[in-house]
Amino acid sequence: MGKQIPIVDYLVLDDGPPHLVANESVETGALYFDRRNADAKSGKPGFRRRRLADTGMVRTFTIVYRAAPGVPTPYVSAVIDVDGGGVVKANLVNVEPDPENVRAGLRVSLTTYVAGTDDEGTEAVAFAYEPIKEA
Amino acid sequence: MAERDVWILGAAMTPFRRYPDKDLIDLGAQAAMAAMADAGVTIYDMDVLGAGNLAEASSGVGQRLQKQIGQTGIPVYNVTNACATGATALRCVYMAIASGEAEMGLAAGFEKMGKMGLLGASARSDRNVYEPSGRYGAVMSVEGRLGTTLMPGVFAQAGMEYAGRNDGVGFEQFAKVAEKNHAHSTLNPLAQYQKRFSLHEVMNAEMMAYPNTLLMCCPTGDGGSAIVLVSEDKLKTLSSEQRARAVRISASVMTSDPWTEADQVQPDVNTLTRDAAAKAYEASGVDPQDLDLVELHDCFATAELLHYDNLGLCAPGEAGKFIDERGPWRDGRIPVNVSGGLISKGHPLGATGVANLYEVATHLRGEAGDRQIDGARVGLTHVIGLGSACVVHVLEKATV
Repeated sequence: MGKQIPIVDYLVLDDGPPHLVANESVETGALYFDRRNADAKSGKPGFRRRRLADTGMVRTFTIVYRAAPGVPTPYVSAVIDVDGGGVVKANLVNVEPDPENVRAGLRVSLTTYVAGTDDEGTEAVAFAYEPIKEA
Repeated sequence: MAERDVWILGAAMTPFRRYPDKDLIDLGAQAAMAAMADAGVTIYDMDVLGAGNLAEASSGVGQRLQKQIGQTGIPVYNVTNACATGATALRCVYMAIASGEAEMGLAAGFEKMGKMGLLGASARSDRNVYEPSGRYGAVMSVEGRLGTTLMPGVFAQAGMEYAGRNDGVGFEQFAKVAEKNHAHSTLNPLAQYQKRFSLHEVMNAEMMAYPNTLLMCCPTGDGGSAIVLVSEDKLKTLSSEQRARAVRISASVMTSDPWTEADQVQPDVNTLTRDAAAKAYEASGVDPQDLDLVELHDCFATAELLHYDNLGLCAPGEAGKFIDERGPWRDGRIPVNVSGGLISKGHPLGATGVANLYEVATHLRGEAGDRQIDGARVGLTHVIGLGSACVVHVLEKATV
């Protein structure tokens, strides 16, 4: 296996199992995946890094049929309410892309997949969510 | 804050179409000249110009428009604010008049899009060697890999969030919105499309992003719209014919989205609309149930359904019931998008937020022809620019 690199910098691959991190406002606990000068909720500066939970619930979704060039369709795009705080947008995988199989409230967990390989053999690893199979 | 009352004196729009033989300035000039003629005034009566456009926003479109219709040295505000661009240009003129800096002004929104395809797609191409860049350290385009930010999908997700939280809302209710707006457009000669489709045809059209099919998405297109605004003080000095056709702006409100948790990753089109509507109803003293017609931002069918609730046109959570009962049809309780809406009238981005005021004002004047809502006295316009900006106006037929 060649070198791997996260598709975005808030996906951490080299510190235990893959997980997401965010910048958390010390004032309000609001979470951001990018850098902010001040908390958009309170206007106050001060952030700390926070690891997000790997599980969550589908807040909403769509099934995309006409997509950007090179993106296989259909696929499920979903907005996930992460357990313990945080909202993230990602693909929903390992589920039939059909409205009968996807619904708001579906319990999901974080997973990863290889989104591409560059000319030097480096793999870009993306994150996604998949349904949690009920016991 | 003391404000002067502001009225619409003249209004016009080009038919929304694709115009391969006209450029952006042709479209703006056509609308502007028509609006001034409708108002019975000329460019020499204008104290200020607001010009709204996206595609050529850095090119000084207002000054280019002046070269086409009259360079009088007045201040020009070139505005871009996503799909709320036209309404933002209009508000620049409104504020200049309300503050007492101007007596009369021209607001023009115009756009030439052609067939642009899906909006919101990242222009970034994948690299041959991955290197993190940008605010999120992305090594490749994330569109379709970390969900979608293309417009049909974004608004599909907005709609499905509402569907997930409210009973009686699903694919069929969203499709009924498009069925209605396509039907309405058959009465509007200014609409880009004027073809009726059955609910079955809407639901079985090509799926773009569930639940939005192709017939539930607005087209890209070209067009212009312009409005002449005047202070009430100035209006009182004009002819009885001009006063009789003037339309009062009872509220003009603009909001951006306040912080919400999910808004950081998925635009929240609801909160800022609710905020703007609340302020507009308070400022005007108009209750939603008083409205004779509404032109709202139906860029996608899913969006329109949300705004029934956001604008208070239905009871909370009952947008599905509202469309099921044909409440927003032109013969329903509160007619919505009798122009055909963005879905069928078209959505040349910069023109949209002016054209919706043209539509409502034309009904309040009793000049809407076959699509006239009889006896219309109070109307509301709503536009959203994703990112987000929201503008709501309440217009009333009144005498001065």
